[in-house]
Amino acid sequence: MSGAEAGTQPVTVLETPIHLDYVFTPGIAQSIFLRGLARGVFLGQRCPTCGKVYIPSRGSCPVDGVATDEVVELPDTGIVTTYCVVNVPFAGQAVEIPYTCAQVLLDGANISFMGLIQEVPADQVRMGMRVEAVWVPPDELGPSLASVKYFRPTGEPDALYESYEEYL
Amino acid sequence: MSAPARRPVAVVSFAQARNVRREASRNEVELLMPVVSEVFAAIGASKDDMGFICSGSTDYLVGGPFSFVTALDAVGVWPPRAESHVEMDGAFALYEAWVLMQEGAIDAALVYSFGRSSPGDVTEILALQLDPYVTAPLWPSPVALAALQAQALIDAGEATEEELAEVAARNRSAARANPNAQVVSDASPEELLADEYVVAPLRRHALPPITDGAAAIVLAAGEKAREWRERPAWITGIDHRIETHALGCRDLTRSPSTALAAERAGLFEGPPVDLAEVHAPFAHQELIVRRALELGDAVTVNPSGGALAANPVMSAGLIRIGEAAARIWAAESERAVAHATSGPCLQQNLVCVLDASDGAVVGGGA
Ligand SMILES: [Zn+2]
Repeated sequence: MSGAEAGTQPVTVLETPIHLDYVFTPGIAQSIFLRGLARGVFLGQRCPTCGKVYIPSRGSCPVDGVATDEVVELPDTGIVTTYCVVNVPFAGQAVEIPYTCAQVLLDGANISFMGLIQEVPADQVRMGMRVEAVWVPPDELGPSLASVKYFRPTGEPDALYESYEEYL
Repeated sequence: MSAPARRPVAVVSFAQARNVRREASRNEVELLMPVVSEVFAAIGASKDDMGFICSGSTDYLVGGPFSFVTALDAVGVWPPRAESHVEMDGAFALYEAWVLMQEGAIDAALVYSFGRSSPGDVTEILALQLDPYVTAPLWPSPVALAALQAQALIDAGEATEEELAEVAARNRSAARANPNAQVVSDASPEELLADEYVVAPLRRHALPPITDGAAAIVLAAGEKAREWRERPAWITGIDHRIETHALGCRDLTRSPSTALAAERAGLFEGPPVDLAEVHAPFAHQELIVRRALELGDAVTVNPSGGALAANPVMSAGLIRIGEAAARIWAAESERAVAHATSGPCLQQNLVCVLDASDGAVVGGGA
């Protein structure tokens, strides 16, 4: 064994930092949704084959594989189909715990998306609860879900389980 | 050892997106959806006819996880259907579909691939396919690695810079007839030699373009194939082989994996092919692959313009199979060979032999 080899140690750990930059292309359909958020409206898209309304649409109906060409403006109101109460603090948390994240099914939509539920104690959030979107002030609106500050209860009677069981 | 008889399976439909440098507005699903529609419409088939769906793509291109799952939205998979994915060029997805069809349970399969190289830096992304301990941390660009290979070929006296220019000129001139091509040119080899070096000995013309694209193929067996296509392109043999990831352990001037795949696919048995679609992203790689496939001067090579005219990563290999098959449907070829590659410097290679007659179905796989 040479002197150099005798003085070396075997490599047991190798760090190889990797960093890649990307330019994200949301696509035609998601761009419509994002531009809607910048105006303070929810824009979904309807499948010409099955009639289902997706929000946000990724451009095609995942059932039929056809383009969802028809743009549908949806109301700010909907129902909580399911939810979870966050009790665990984590780095970068922007909301005081406990808080509630819910799947919100907008009226007229056939798919739910995630939203924050506020103006109600976490232990009072329930499946079927009617909610409405609270938007950020007009000058803060942008092409991002951050335009939706949160959802809050409307006080209307809860939706019947049968009306949303398909979306769980 | 004689290869066992194979079930006749043919390429019966092929579609591709127009190859472009940057698909600025559409996402992957929106890019793929019209291609899938077209591949079905061309033969009057639908997704409901497909017993299997197999795709080839890589999440590294889009920069997000499970992009191959969302891509299924372009097909529509309700009611649920058998589906698979390979993190490789779509040509290798076609191989998986072909293997499944050999079992005899399904008569038709959809194969597709997609990739947009424009969202990220494709030279950095391709560096990540290298061995992660010794080579990848150096972040060598694929152009630099290809240049080492080209220089080795020149040093061995098996290529000249003039020959690289001839390959580029011929491919990009042939691409004039390809409406989906991205780079076409009538420049002569002499004119091309005035290009600057990108990485010596590779000048600009010896490099592939950076391409966003997608492609789809329908495979069908037996009578189903004849129902959909009057003159199906029968896969008489298909095989793929891989070489070590250690670049320093390879003779980069040779492609033994291509030669072995060609042998196992039955390329060297039966009548010679009259047409070849070769997946050679860099000009000198066409010379290496031609040699491994033992292509004579009578063989028409890359009538589509090949990967020098459009190189959509993950689709360029599948497109070679589609382009070769289309020539058989059109009776412009009796027997053709399509080649697909993956990995650095032709590391992995697939060879697919296509025939106007299904009588020659003998080779393939082992
Ligand atoms: Zn639908």
